[in-house]
Amino acid sequence: MKALLLTAAILLSVPLAAEASGPRERRDPEPAGMVRIVGGSFRPLYRQPGEELVTVASFLLDARPVTRAQFEAFVQAHPRWQRNRAPRLFVDANYLRDWEGPASAGALRARELPVSDVSWFAAKSYCEAQGARLPTTAEWEYVARADEHRRDAAADAGFRQRALELALGRRLQPVGSGFRNAWGLSDLHGNIMEWVYDFGSVFAGSDSRATSRLDRNITCAAGVTSTGSAGDYAAFLRYALRGTVEARSTTGTLGFRCARSIP
Amino acid sequence: MSKNGKRTLAGSAVVVAAFAVVFGTSLAAGPAPGLQDDVIPEAQLPEVKGTELAVLTSPPHVPPPITRDYATTVKVELEVVEKVMKLAEGVEYEFWTFGGTVPGSFIRVREGDLVEFKLLNHHDSKVPHNIDLHAVTGQGGGAEATMVAPGGDATFTFRALLPGLYVYHCAMAPVPMHIANGMYGLILVEPEEGLPKVDHEFYVMQGDFYTRGRHGEPGLQPFDYQKLYDEQPDYVLFNGAVGAMTGDRAPEIQAGETVRLFVGNGGPNLTSSFHAIGEIFDVVRVEGGTLINRNVQTTTIPAGGSSIVEFRADVPSTVLLVDHAISRVFNKGALAAIKVTGDEQPLVYDNHKGHKTADAN
Repeated sequence: MKALLLTAAILLSVPLAAEASGPRERRDPEPAGMVRIVGGSFRPLYRQPGEELVTVASFLLDARPVTRAQFEAFVQAHPRWQRNRAPRLFVDANYLRDWEGPASAGALRARELPVSDVSWFAAKSYCEAQGARLPTTAEWEYVARADEHRRDAAADAGFRQRALELALGRRLQPVGSGFRNAWGLSDLHGNIMEWVYDFGSVFAGSDSRATSRLDRNITCAAGVTSTGSAGDYAAFLRYALRGTVEARSTTGTLGFRCARSIP
Repeated sequence: MSKNGKRTLAGSAVVVAAFAVVFGTSLAAGPAPGLQDDVIPEAQLPEVKGTELAVLTSPPHVPPPITRDYATTVKVELEVVEKVMKLAEGVEYEFWTFGGTVPGSFIRVREGDLVEFKLLNHHDSKVPHNIDLHAVTGQGGGAEATMVAPGGDATFTFRALLPGLYVYHCAMAPVPMHIANGMYGLILVEPEEGLPKVDHEFYVMQGDFYTRGRHGEPGLQPFDYQKLYDEQPDYVLFNGAVGAMTGDRAPEIQAGETVRLFVGNGGPNLTSSFHAIGEIFDVVRVEGGTLINRNVQTTTIPAGGSSIVEFRADVPSTVLLVDHAISRVFNKGALAAIKVTGDEQPLVYDNHKGHKTADAN
């Protein structure tokens, strides 16, 4: 069952990335809290064989990660996603484990923290309930290239070092309190890691020691061929996490934000 | 296992040596035909009896010698924990650890044992981890089987085929960073017949560290990618911190006692020129294997390699363990110590001052 769902997720992600026409899209271009991202191309860390650049169509993305308060409203409206009711097929034992109660995120000070300990299934359902979807890996990586002033700072070693330090820095701060990039997106680096729709489709490899080709044996991982990318350790950490979690996994440092396609 | 196998191996070595002499070729030129045939047939693997939980120790401690004379199933449970610890006085660093220490927990098994290895990744970890044990014969040394996201765990089983002192380390991308953050340790596969008895055994492991601030700059120091790339560490350390094994933290032994050091080098980048100031290694089990060298001053320990050194502490002194690439000692922290107390032995060493050797720490 799980394998089927994962396969479906991966298959679905392909048209999403290529045509940027997700389900349940809305016509209003910039709903509250979302930012319009102008599409473009970039060279990703991992590429499909023969693929040079990945092209991302324009889309909308939450400016901030989803908060505990927002997720609380979701589980109150959809009780089947409360921790005592959510099927173990869709969440692991740590789902929302720090919450005060099944429908209560807890103290006031905790409410603006990014929600963590949520599975891919739960995150996906949350976004669908908002008429949105999870961003694809390509979309997420595209916007993560921006520093405060430039939409593409990925070639800047100084920015890469900062992104790495942010990624390893303090976790679970109130959303919006950290790094805000040129798109107007907060907390992409630092604070929290984020689910993407097609998290399992690129596999960072179990044993990835070569610099030029991370793991020849892993399907879909053509590896790093541009020397510049081999220094993007923050990106390696993100891909490694995406390659090891399962759709029902929850961790204390993994949350999400939602995206919408633009027709 | 393999009394036969050993004979074959020894025989082959003689053949190689003879070949080398006759043709003037280097021993390093490659194994003679026959060495590759020395694979142990399955039928010769020892019967495994019973199950036990491995005793794991933090550096500089080593689990007690194995007294069993049969193979067993050894269960090892090791948890990866990401934690801020002291790197030097006033300097902190977020280490990634196997078992909460740098180097990670020492594992001791016996040749022929079946090791059931469970790797856990703490729920609060930020990134996934895995483990490659050089003692493992199998895909990635276990790396493939043990990829675990935060909060997860994974188990695999391997046979400890060959005795030796082996490094283990994390092999998740980006691997150099996982290792630079302290993700390495040692696993000893004791030979069937055990190691000769000594009075003390200690666990020492070298590693190089790359911080944004220069050596000694206070505060919580982040990992610096560029310095790692350039292979220019700010710290070269024994057991994960400046002074981890000096001063009050230096083990104390008596003059006349014998010491065995299980020494590893996690790297990720530097090779160690391991040396004990004021002692001579009576025995070096070269690269942690079965080759024995004697009366050695300095032994090379490659990144991802090990050595077993043994000496009798003849006179009272503070024996200093260093990487003899000496600026690493003077400027980067590569110093550990063993205090040897007891009566002066003027026939061996006499400082002509009639008092004890000054404590070098």
